[in-house]
Amino acid sequence: MAIDWTRKTAAQMADALAAGEVTSVELVQAHLDRIAAVDGTVESNSVHAFLHIDAEGALETARAVDADRAAGVELPRLAGVPIGIKDVLVTKGLPTTAGSRILEGWIPPYDATVTRRVREARMPILGKTNMDEFAMGSSTEHSGYGPTRNPWDLDRIPGGSGGGSAAALAAFEAPLTIGSDTGGSIRQPASVTATVGVKPTYGGVSRFGAIALASSLDQLGPCGRTVLDTALLHEVMGGHDEMDATSLDEPVPAVVEAALEGAQMDLTGVKVGVVRELSGADGGYQAGVTQRFEESLDKLRAMGAEIVEVSCPSFEYALAAYYVILPSEASSNLAKFDSVRFGLRVEKPTVEKTMLATRAEGFGDEVKRRIILGTYALSAGYYDAYYGSAQKVRTLVQRDFDAAFAQCDVLVSPTTPTTPFKIGERIDDPLAMYLNDIATIPANLAGIPGMSLPSGLAPEDGLPVGFQILAPAHEDARLYRIGAALEASLTAEWGGPLSAQAPELEVAS
Amino acid sequence: MSAMTYEQAMEEFDPVFGIEVHVELNTRTKMFCGCANEFGAEPNTQVCPVCLGLPGAMPVTNQKAVESAIRLGLALGCSIRESSRFARKNYFYPDLSKDYQISQYDEPTCYEGSLDVVLDDGTVVTVAIERAHMEEDAGKNTHVGGSGGIQGADYSLVDYNRGGVPLVEIVTKPITGMGDRTAEVARAYVATIRDIVRALGISDGRMEQGSVRADVNLSLRPKAVAGESQDDVPFGKRSETKNVNSLRAIERAVHFEAARQASLLLAGQPVVQETRHWHEDTSSTTPGRSKEEAEDYRYFPEPDLLPVQPSREWVEELRGTIPEHPAKMRARLREEWGFSDLEMRDVVAADALVLIADTVAAGTTPQAARKWWMGELSRVANDREVALTALPLTPAAIAELQGLVDSGRINDKLARQALEGVLAGEGSPAEVVASRGLEVVSDDSALEKAVDEALAAQPDVLAKIQDGKVQAAGAIVGAVMKATRGQADAGRVREIILQRAGVEA
Repeated sequence: MAIDWTRKTAAQMADALAAGEVTSVELVQAHLDRIAAVDGTVESNSVHAFLHIDAEGALETARAVDADRAAGVELPRLAGVPIGIKDVLVTKGLPTTAGSRILEGWIPPYDATVTRRVREARMPILGKTNMDEFAMGSSTEHSGYGPTRNPWDLDRIPGGSGGGSAAALAAFEAPLTIGSDTGGSIRQPASVTATVGVKPTYGGVSRFGAIALASSLDQLGPCGRTVLDTALLHEVMGGHDEMDATSLDEPVPAVVEAALEGAQMDLTGVKVGVVRELSGADGGYQAGVTQRFEESLDKLRAMGAEIVEVSCPSFEYALAAYYVILPSEASSNLAKFDSVRFGLRVEKPTVEKTMLATRAEGFGDEVKRRIILGTYALSAGYYDAYYGSAQKVRTLVQRDFDAAFAQCDVLVSPTTPTTPFKIGERIDDPLAMYLNDIATIPANLAGIPGMSLPSGLAPEDGLPVGFQILAPAHEDARLYRIGAALEASLTAEWGGPLSAQAPELEVAS
Repeated sequence: MSAMTYEQAMEEFDPVFGIEVHVELNTRTKMFCGCANEFGAEPNTQVCPVCLGLPGAMPVTNQKAVESAIRLGLALGCSIRESSRFARKNYFYPDLSKDYQISQYDEPTCYEGSLDVVLDDGTVVTVAIERAHMEEDAGKNTHVGGSGGIQGADYSLVDYNRGGVPLVEIVTKPITGMGDRTAEVARAYVATIRDIVRALGISDGRMEQGSVRADVNLSLRPKAVAGESQDDVPFGKRSETKNVNSLRAIERAVHFEAARQASLLLAGQPVVQETRHWHEDTSSTTPGRSKEEAEDYRYFPEPDLLPVQPSREWVEELRGTIPEHPAKMRARLREEWGFSDLEMRDVVAADALVLIADTVAAGTTPQAARKWWMGELSRVANDREVALTALPLTPAAIAELQGLVDSGRINDKLARQALEGVLAGEGSPAEVVASRGLEVVSDDSALEKAVDEALAAQPDVLAKIQDGKVQAAGAIVGAVMKATRGQADAGRVREIILQRAGVEA
């Protein structure tokens, strides 16, 4: 029986390419075939992880990599391994919409820094993945191009905003994808699709060319099916960029080395803090989520880690502060979508009416909701009460993290309070939707790195549960060490990666 | 409502004014991207994703612009904030590519300064500066059809070349107590700012190209009654006249607004707090678009940029580069050079002060330097319709040219020919003299030969000279000069003629 390369990890693909066991063209073609078989369309109620497929571009890159490899040219580690890119990143010559109808048909004239780094790493770009419009949402239902569906259960959400990037991994349509995380948009989709996602330290990955949602919270990050794969992509993406003034001027943390070290399953001397406010101790978390979380703690303990409980009292206000800061920045960042230079234009007699009509037609309801919220919060007379207060909460959250990290090396929690909910279930209840991000938002407010990795399936519904690890700023490597250890321990118990347990998807004929 | 004059308005009311000056910095690149910062290129040729505000683009602060802003702040006596930040000023307008302007709001880099302004009669007025902050310029809209305004236009075009050009905005505190000298002070203040930015070398200071633009705020309040201090009388409602772009226009805008407001107040009508447009052709202002409520720019800290945190050492280093106050420098140089007030005023008006100073520094007397720059070179600049500073020669070249005259190697007439060659790019004055063969003929034997020939050709003239009519020698001098193509020293020629004629000079 022929090898199904789509089931391999990115590390395995890279090794097989280096060993000459497979060509990049074969890998790319296998994934294009898989996408053609299962991704479908909105109308077919399929996964719909991709908004745009660039088969020719991906194959062209693959052919060039294969030729260079045959010629003995030294290549980067992931050269020839295909990747999907969240539609929030601009890609020169490839449509980029950020999930919004207002950018339908726009072809960027430039590459994001991360896009450029992916190209320099010689990774074939399969296409652009679906997302909630301008990354506003936790379910991908707010995409202007229809929802993405969870490969574990097509009636359920794949998380958001990066549902496309997570679902593409879970459906074996891509071995690696890129996401962006403003309040959990990498980690929450990873959690509900049994994949791995990392939000690096703020400034660790250049934001240049990432269509901004909330500039002080946004961070691009790697998504994969394993901790090691995610680390490999992290090292491709990270590093200082002079085009992003907030980019950290320091080397990329040695995350691949940390992942390899973690896989040795020795956590002797590591102190792991359970954040009381994020652990479901006060109720509100699904029973199976709490159960899998406790079991994962046992695994960490068994590998020598010490588990302590810490409290971060101001996290209670984090969600409220987040939903002031995010809309405020977003209302300003989204002003440029005014029809004058790019994107949709609904012609009216005057420029003012044209701007109004274009924005009324081009933006979806959730985007409008947040622009209104943010505009209000920044208004004269309200600024101090809303934006000012939210910034104070942000400082308190940072102090809580500082105090917690004084007691332990990493903090952990379930990534989300529940397993994935059904499509449509919370679409008319923004507050219920926002609560999904309760455990992921504090990391964005503080700028610290966080990871979500599979913790098992909830017994009551058989759906994925995610385990979140948080580390102090600049200490991204700790996520990979602890994450790889837990992954190794759980995989041994499961007898293989959790992703292999996903139900077979119906294949289009 | 009867029309008033400025003078009448000033008799009836006490004026309060303030000025906002925008200075376009002459950095090589724009404020937040690498695009060229140049005036006059084809529309939308100096743009990139950043200054076009394309999705995903991010700004990076131009450190050279920060340096210029700090130097300007220091020249205005401002304190420099250890940590200042940029903010977003949010408003929708097609020439503003991101629909927000990156500016400074609650934490400007330079604050609390003061500037001495010297009026024509030597009076010194100290203007208090509130702040000098950095920001980016907007693009430029052109409305086609209709009256040229946005209302009624068939369509509008936007040129983003100017979008993102670095600006420093200097804001005064309210200036009071100037009475009927208000217009004069306003003009002198802007002129001083212009002179300072030029002396600093941070802007070309060309008001006609918009490199220095002023907004004039003016209000009138009643004069204090007996026993009351004028300071206790509350300010009146003010108007803000935008984009007054010449020194003369500043004076006129103050005149117009003072008269307009006084007429309204005397007629018992209110002055509306509003923005007004300046019209150069009619020397008048008209109201801007009426605003039913105050603009709300929803300022908040720019999250894409780090705070500006100049080290104390750097600021002190920059302080060492601040030139002398222009008015003080003028007074000092006038004294040193011995120029009359009128001569000095002409020199300043012609923008020749620095050129003359540099020429003097290169070894020429002030009088000779002034003669060149205000005479021959001003004429050439005028013919070519360029500024003196734009002529393709250096003060050092003028000094060299004068040196050649002083040493007798060339005379004034030859010097003008040499200058022509220098301006034509033929080389240094000495090189042009050599290549064009302009040197004065100082070889006596050549001159004697020419004199002998001329005397032989005009024996009657020789006879007159020998008869004692020495002035007749002029005809022979002319002939010799003609024969030597002007390169002879006329004085020496005359000596030789008299010698040959056997007449004592």
